[in-house]
Amino acid sequence: MSSEIWSPCILRDQERCLLVMMGELSEDLRILSTCKLLQHDSQLLEAVFRTHRLSYETRGSRSKSLHDRAVINCQYSMATFSTAERKRRPHGDRKSSEMSLHLKQTFEAAVLTELYPRSQIDIYVKILQADGGNYSACVNAATLALVDAGIPMRDYVCACTAGFVEDTPLADLCHAEESGGGTSLALALLPRSGNIALLQMDARLHQDHLDALIEAAMTACKGVSKVLDGVVRQHLEEVSVLTRD
Amino acid sequence: MRDTPLSNCERRFLLKAVEEKKRLDGRQTYDYRNIKITFGTDYGCCIVELGRTRVLCQVSCELVPPKDSRPTEGIMFFNLELSPMASPAFEPNRQSELLVMLNRQLERCLRNSKCIDTESLCVVSGEKVWQIRVDVHVLNHDGNLMDAASIAAISALSHFRRPDVAIQGRDITVFSPEERDPIPLSIYHMPICVSFAFFLQGSYLLVDPCEREERVKDGLLVIAMNKHREICSIQSSGGIMLLKDQVLRCSKIASVKVSEITELINKALENDRKIRKEGGKFGFAESMPKERITALKRDEAPVEMTDVQETASEINILRYVSSPVLVAMGTAQVGEGIVNSWGLDEDEEDEPQTEDTKTDEVMVISDSEEEEVVILNEEAQ
Repeated sequence: MSSEIWSPCILRDQERCLLVMMGELSEDLRILSTCKLLQHDSQLLEAVFRTHRLSYETRGSRSKSLHDRAVINCQYSMATFSTAERKRRPHGDRKSSEMSLHLKQTFEAAVLTELYPRSQIDIYVKILQADGGNYSACVNAATLALVDAGIPMRDYVCACTAGFVEDTPLADLCHAEESGGGTSLALALLPRSGNIALLQMDARLHQDHLDALIEAAMTACKGVSKVLDGVVRQHLEEVSVLTRD
Repeated sequence: MRDTPLSNCERRFLLKAVEEKKRLDGRQTYDYRNIKITFGTDYGCCIVELGRTRVLCQVSCELVPPKDSRPTEGIMFFNLELSPMASPAFEPNRQSELLVMLNRQLERCLRNSKCIDTESLCVVSGEKVWQIRVDVHVLNHDGNLMDAASIAAISALSHFRRPDVAIQGRDITVFSPEERDPIPLSIYHMPICVSFAFFLQGSYLLVDPCEREERVKDGLLVIAMNKHREICSIQSSGGIMLLKDQVLRCSKIASVKVSEITELINKALENDRKIRKEGGKFGFAESMPKERITALKRDEAPVEMTDVQETASEINILRYVSSPVLVAMGTAQVGEGIVNSWGLDEDEEDEPQTEDTKTDEVMVISDSEEEEVVILNEEAQ
C-alpha cells in the first residue's frame, strides 16, 4: 500500500523523495481515511473523519452549520518532537491557528460542499517531522485523505514551495533554505484549471522576479499532482484486489 | 453582541454595484479613501484614519535578555487588538479568525521583511537587547483594517525614538530623554500592505474595501510592498481561485499605491519633525480642528450623478392639479387620493365625495367628531 516515487525537482540537483501511504491506519471506525505523507524529511500523519451531521444535541454546533453547504473544520498541530529542538507548542497559538485557517479556506474552495448541507467535514493534521514546506505537505496529505474518504472535489489540490536564491528559482525548499533568509513562496494549485487556491509569500522579492517564481511553483505543483494521481490509482487497484476476495 | 446580518437585498445591491464598477462612496475601483496620519506628543504614537477606519499604534521599548537562538539581535513584538469600541461585532477577549489573520499578517509584513535593523538594537550581546513592542489598537472598523494597521505601525516605528545607552565595561547606563536626545530606530524600508477584495468568483476586484464591501467579498489578497518595488509578503485568503496574471496585475497596482502612501507618510513625519524643532504645539490635540460641529452633522456623500439624467425624464408631470381644500386649521387636502385598499370594515361609511372642488373657492370641510366645530380666526379665511 505504499509507493515510493523519486521525482526530480526543477532546477535542482538533488532529488526529493515523495513517499505516500494511503489507507486504514486506524481501527477506529469513525476515521474514514488516513494518509501518511513523507515529503523529503517532512512527515505528517493525517486523518479525515467521516462527514457527520452536526448533532442537534451539541449546543452551539447547530449555529455553526450552514443550511446549504458543509462546514470544513481543520486543525493543524505540530508534535513537540517535530523540530530540531523539542518545543512544546500550545494548542491554540497563533501560528497553528493561522495554518488551520489557511487549510480550511483552501479546501472550502476545492471540495464540493454543496452536496453535504448541514454537515461538517473534519480534517486533522499533525506534523511528525518538520523540514520545511509544512503547509504544502499538509495540503497534499489532506487532498489524498479526502480522495480516500470519497469526498468529491473539483480537482486535486497540490501544493509546493518555491524560493529564489541568487537569481535562480528553486522548487520545494527544505528547512535550511526557508530559514536562511531567502524568499519562500507556498502555492496551492488546482492543476487542471491552473487556479491558485492559496498563495503565501514571505521575505523580500523584487516585483520583476515574481512571475518566474510563481511559474516555478506552478510547475512543481503539476509534478506533485502527477505523483498523487499515480498513488491514488495504484491504491485503488490494490484495494479492489483485496476486497474482491 | 453579534453583528447584524447582511440582508439579501443589500448583498444583491452591493454585488450589482460592483458589477457596474460603482462603489458606495463614489470612488473608482483602484482608489484609496482619504488617509490622515497624526502623531501624538510621545515619540512612537500614531493615529491613522483611512476614511472612517481609525487605528492607533504605540511603540515602546524595554531592555530584556535576548533569545537563545539569536543573542546579538533585538526582539520585535507585535500585538493587534480588536475591542468592542471598534465594532459591536468584536467581543472582548475572544480570539477570532480575523484577529489571528491580522496579527499574523502584521508580523509577516514587518518582521519577516526585516525592515528594522535588529542588530543595532543589541546592547550587550547575549545579555541585554532592546525589545521593541508595537501595539496596534483598532478604534473604529470601517473596512480594510490591515492596510490601516500596517500604515500606522510603520509610521509609529519611523517616529519612535529609543533612549540612548552608554556601556562602560559591565555597566549599562540608560539615559532619560532629558539627559540625552533619544535615537531613532534604523529602518531600511517601509513595507505597506495593500488589500484587494475579490467578488463574484474572482471576476471583479476592489482596492481598499469599506466595511459593507468586505461583507460581500469572496476573498482577499494582501500584498505588502515597499517603494523600491520589492514585495515583502503576499497572502491570499478566503478560498478564492486566482489566476497568475491576476496576481501580477495586483502587484503592479500595489506598487503604484505604495509609493503614494510612502510619500504621504514621509510628508507627515517631516511636518511633525519641523513643528517639534520650531517649538510649536504638536500632538493629537493640535491635529483636531477646533470649533467644529461634530454631532448631528452629515458629510456630503459624493454620489455619481451621470446616470440620473436618463431616469429623470420618466417622471410624468400631472396636467391637472386640484386646488387645495382646507380641512381644518393647519390641514389642507390636495386631490382626492386613491381608494383605500387596506380592507377596512364595510360598516364605515365612505367619505362624502365632494364635487365642488373644481371651483377656486377654498372650502372648509370638517371631519371632526365634535358636535360644535369652532373655527378660529375666521377672518383669515
